[in-house]
Amino acid sequence: MFEPILTRNIYRPNSEKIYTYLANGGYEAVRLALTKSPDELIDMVKRSGLRGRGGAGFPAGVKWGFMPKEADVPKIVAVNTDEGEPGTFKDREIVERDPHQVIEGVIIASYAVGAHRAYVYIRGEFFLGVKRWIKAIADAYEHGFLGKNILGSGFDLDMSVHRGAGAYICGEETAMLESLEGKPGNPRLKPPYPAQVGLFGYPTLVHNIETLACIPHIILRGPEWFASIGTAESKGPKIFSVSGHVNKPGNYELPLGTTIGEIIYEHAGGIRGGKKLKAVIPGGASTPVLTAEHVDVPMAFETLAAVGSQLGTGAMIVMDETTCMVEVARRLTKFFAHESCGRCVPCRLGSRRLYEILERIERGKGKPADIDLALELAREIDGLTFCPMGSALVNPARSTIKHFRSEYDFHITHKKCWVGNQIH
Amino acid sequence: MVATPSTTTRRIEPVEDVRKRAMLLAALYIAQEQYGWLNDEAIRRVAERLDLTVGQVKSTASFYTMFKLQPQGKYRIQVCEGLSCYLVGGAEPIINYVAEKLGIRPGETTPDGRFTLEVVQCLAACGTAPAIKVNDDLYENMTLSAIDQLLERLQQER
Repeated sequence: MFEPILTRNIYRPNSEKIYTYLANGGYEAVRLALTKSPDELIDMVKRSGLRGRGGAGFPAGVKWGFMPKEADVPKIVAVNTDEGEPGTFKDREIVERDPHQVIEGVIIASYAVGAHRAYVYIRGEFFLGVKRWIKAIADAYEHGFLGKNILGSGFDLDMSVHRGAGAYICGEETAMLESLEGKPGNPRLKPPYPAQVGLFGYPTLVHNIETLACIPHIILRGPEWFASIGTAESKGPKIFSVSGHVNKPGNYELPLGTTIGEIIYEHAGGIRGGKKLKAVIPGGASTPVLTAEHVDVPMAFETLAAVGSQLGTGAMIVMDETTCMVEVARRLTKFFAHESCGRCVPCRLGSRRLYEILERIERGKGKPADIDLALELAREIDGLTFCPMGSALVNPARSTIKHFRSEYDFHITHKKCWVGNQIH
Repeated sequence: MVATPSTTTRRIEPVEDVRKRAMLLAALYIAQEQYGWLNDEAIRRVAERLDLTVGQVKSTASFYTMFKLQPQGKYRIQVCEGLSCYLVGGAEPIINYVAEKLGIRPGETTPDGRFTLEVVQCLAACGTAPAIKVNDDLYENMTLSAIDQLLERLQQER
């Protein structure tokens, strides 16, 4: 039986309070980390095998190593709580129920890369999360974990909270930096990466909060312990958000590498109403859909890539046999069309044209050539934009055509839906 | 002063100007709370306080869905149309139900100024879907009868 690590506190009463956190070993990792050298800490995170939990899966220790070493260059840590990937609700739970775990990770990361300023960016819609962040940071200052000379170590760190205002794209790291600077959230062209030119032009380390929440545990229990959890290329625990047609939707913390089937049937209570599983989106709306044949695939970076999908945020949207996959693709594409920041033409216009094609197929007005037209359009968008959203937005259409092409054909030939034989 | 493009070199805007502009989202929230929405006067006052042009303030304000450039009802009913909400009976059935009860379409405000109906994207409450928000408060596991009760309560509140 796997013991929860990141979610071990969240079901305690008053789990968000600093006294609850302190009573359960909180801030011990900061004490320990401040006795080590920054290079030792970077090495520990590298050896742990921790990869980013926000979607891209970049090795965290390598990212820390990219930050310049010069002491006279001001550096910044930016904390991404802009959770907006449809299907994902883990970060909201972490920040509402255990914000100090993240603050501890921020302090250690800041000390390791030599940053004295940390900015939290949180989704504007997360009103309770904003309040919890503000209170937790104030309490951390009061207890001497933030501010000047933290725990007598000589290390200073200031931290503040900034609300977003409703834009999915601001979860992309460079768009988030633009938004923190008070601008529209248009992603920047990379390189330079934030570690070179980040917030206000200063080198910036950007992390998702689930990634930061792993840090205190790696420091306290050791990188070897962390690396013993998971698979060859995906180490540590992961919070899987499960939603859709399951009996017990919710967040489940399990080792990376737990299979899709185990999560659905043993943890999320199986499919509602005794129906059959049809499809799963494994890592949030931007990851390619998989089918019931993939239940034995482990939820890990490399295993999902091997079957043509991605781990993303680890948010599983589960769909039963009554689901129309053309409609799923159409709905998700509508989301991306709505959220395109508009800077890159392939994304701005391509998402809308793709949506229109899917909509007419779904309504029984599609032509046989429309499926290939959609695929051709997807090729013209994928990889041709500043940020990863271009590649993300083609995934729903492309992956549903790949696995469920017969449903598209049925819509076009019979001018109605496969499921329930009706026009949606 | 003109900034060099961030893609080639470190920017050289004076730190003070940069920090002031960074306060823009927070300032817009404050202005929106004072005025109810971001009318021309609100935008102009924010621009003056932060030494920005009206154009700079508007370009940011119009980018984000939570900044309102139109008058809003006292209660903003925000219904999620995300996939996870749709799969468990949310999205259109709830949007249409609220629209019919209030006699308005998404994006509109009731003539008495009490309710605005808004369709929003994923609220990160997929595990407790269907989800809606009223102003800043999240309501989870919504049903049509729960909507009835909620609207009735908001109708009576002063």
